[in-house]
Amino acid sequence: MSAAAVTSESDPRISVRGLTMAYGSFVVMRDLDFDIMPRDIFVIMGGSGCGKSTLMRHLIGLREPAAGTIEYDGRDFTNADPAARAEMIRRFGVMYQSGALWSSLTLAENIALPLEEHTRLPAATIREIVAYKLALVGLSGFEDYYPSEISGGMNKRAGIARAMALDPDILFLDEPGAGLDPLSSRRLDDLILRLRDALGSTIVIVTHELASIFAVANNSVFLDTNTRTLGATGDPVNLREHAEAPVVRDFLNRGESGGDD
Amino acid sequence: MRPPASFVTDDLGSFDSTLPAFLLPILRRDGGEAARHAVETLPDELRGLMQLALAVPDREETRGNHEKTHHIGRIGNITLAAWGAFLALSEFLGETLCSLGRLLTGRARFRTRDFLITLQQCGADALPIVSLISFLIGMIMAFVGNVQLANFGASIYIADLVAIAMVRELGVMMTAIILSGRTGAAFAAQLGSMNANEEIDALRSFGFNPFDFLVLPRVLALLVMMPILTVYANIVGILGGMFVGTAVGIPPALYWHGTLDSINLLTSSLGVFKSFFFGAVIALSGCMQGMNSGGSSAAVGRATTRAVVISITAIIILDSAFAAIFTVLDI
Ligand SMILES: Nc1ncnc2c1ncn2[C@@H]1O[C@H](COP(=O)(O)OP(=O)(O)OP(=O)(O)O)[C@@H](O)[C@H]1O
Ligand SMILES: [Mg+2]
Repeated sequence: MSAAAVTSESDPRISVRGLTMAYGSFVVMRDLDFDIMPRDIFVIMGGSGCGKSTLMRHLIGLREPAAGTIEYDGRDFTNADPAARAEMIRRFGVMYQSGALWSSLTLAENIALPLEEHTRLPAATIREIVAYKLALVGLSGFEDYYPSEISGGMNKRAGIARAMALDPDILFLDEPGAGLDPLSSRRLDDLILRLRDALGSTIVIVTHELASIFAVANNSVFLDTNTRTLGATGDPVNLREHAEAPVVRDFLNRGESGGDD
Repeated sequence: MRPPASFVTDDLGSFDSTLPAFLLPILRRDGGEAARHAVETLPDELRGLMQLALAVPDREETRGNHEKTHHIGRIGNITLAAWGAFLALSEFLGETLCSLGRLLTGRARFRTRDFLITLQQCGADALPIVSLISFLIGMIMAFVGNVQLANFGASIYIADLVAIAMVRELGVMMTAIILSGRTGAAFAAQLGSMNANEEIDALRSFGFNPFDFLVLPRVLALLVMMPILTVYANIVGILGGMFVGTAVGIPPALYWHGTLDSINLLTSSLGVFKSFFFGAVIALSGCMQGMNSGGSSAAVGRATTRAVVISITAIIILDSAFAAIFTVLDI
């Protein structure tokens, strides 16, 4: 289902150039520059309220940059015409921080809706895919529940299942681990790694769970609340010891000085 | 400039949050080194709390967002807000028209089930209240009319009075007001809470057009249901009048004749004609307030109130305009 990736593995899948994000006159972050490579598991980290969700909303085209551009596979996304943009958006799978399941539909219908819209699969196949996606996030048997009838953590997991519905090339997850118990959180990390390996998806995760950052991420950006711009980019394991900015090292060591392993 | 604060706390007994709350602005005013120094003079348990409170500096520019403005500034803000509201309205109407265009060319997609459910919610489910209100309105008209007409021995004319009033004005008006409160408010609340829960964003990012998907079925459902409910309300209102008529001694057959004589196809279609416009107004204001509401439950409440107020106001204004037009056209 995923659109053929025409570019080679060494070209960035997403490039962000000089991105400035603002709500009205309130600048959230300025001059962000970074690349996300194909098959990356890329983490956006930073303190609460620094603009992680805002950055994700820019990446998926729900907000327009105040300045700068975003490119997918070298094609301009920010200034693309609506048709080209819609085509690029088709390759995304998105899980929102609140889960954002459609509350008038059951879990099964939530996952089936994108499949019915964008594929010509027969109903029986769609039902099988729905069951499989729910099983992946540990929600087998909850097909006919409404989002209001399941817990917050279950809503999140169902949101991840829906984001994966179309086997997207690029999966955006906003705090998938928040509100999950340690075991579910661990299962989720496994799931993310396996998805990348099996489908070759690029996965962009907003999170501040250090354990899962170190477990899954191979690249990251750190948004610095104080300077309102990029604190650091790179592999978080590496950043933990060698980041230039002390805030980044502090963040990755929970404020406990030096390495802790 | 006052000298930096320092504290003498020898007689300090037990305290609650009012004390740190009182100290915080003092320390913020001094800031930096002076504040750190002053904190050192506090007893241990208080010092810990103050250090935590001061750990993240007060962000001045975030404060600016919620700054209190002067009266003149407020006038400016209101003007800007009105202009913004006008732009939002134009944008919403434009999007809805595009959506209708896509529907006519067969490119708009929404779930038929959503449309059918909305039909049921704003049509069938509204029958009890529409029946009750129309019947009572018919009765009231007949009663009030009879008080006057009986003086002239012309009670039979309450049939004409009720029929003409229901068919031209009251049937459609009452239905519209009921549906504003029932359906328009429900639309605003549904879409508003979907908005607050990022569900509308989720629709967008899965390649659905929220206008096609959410607004269109609702507008269509009301366009279908308003005329039907209006006709129904007219009939029930006339029955209410007949009930009172029978009670004051007019035989039902005679009353029925009076009714049929007083209205014709043209007059009885006036209310139905208006009902399309009122239905559109109710659906659009409900959907627009819902789609444009902010991201909180308070915002959803505001959107709901506003949807009802706007649609009722617009309906009354439209109805006056129609009354003027019909008078000029002499129908
Ligand atoms: N709709 C909005 N209008 C105005 N300002 C907003 C809006 N949404 C967010 N902000 C501001 O933007 C900043 C970043 O918000 P954002 O939701 O991106 O934070 P975040 O990094 O995702 O935080 P968290 O980790 O708590 O989810 C915050 O300071 C917030 O006040
Ligand atoms: Mg967030």
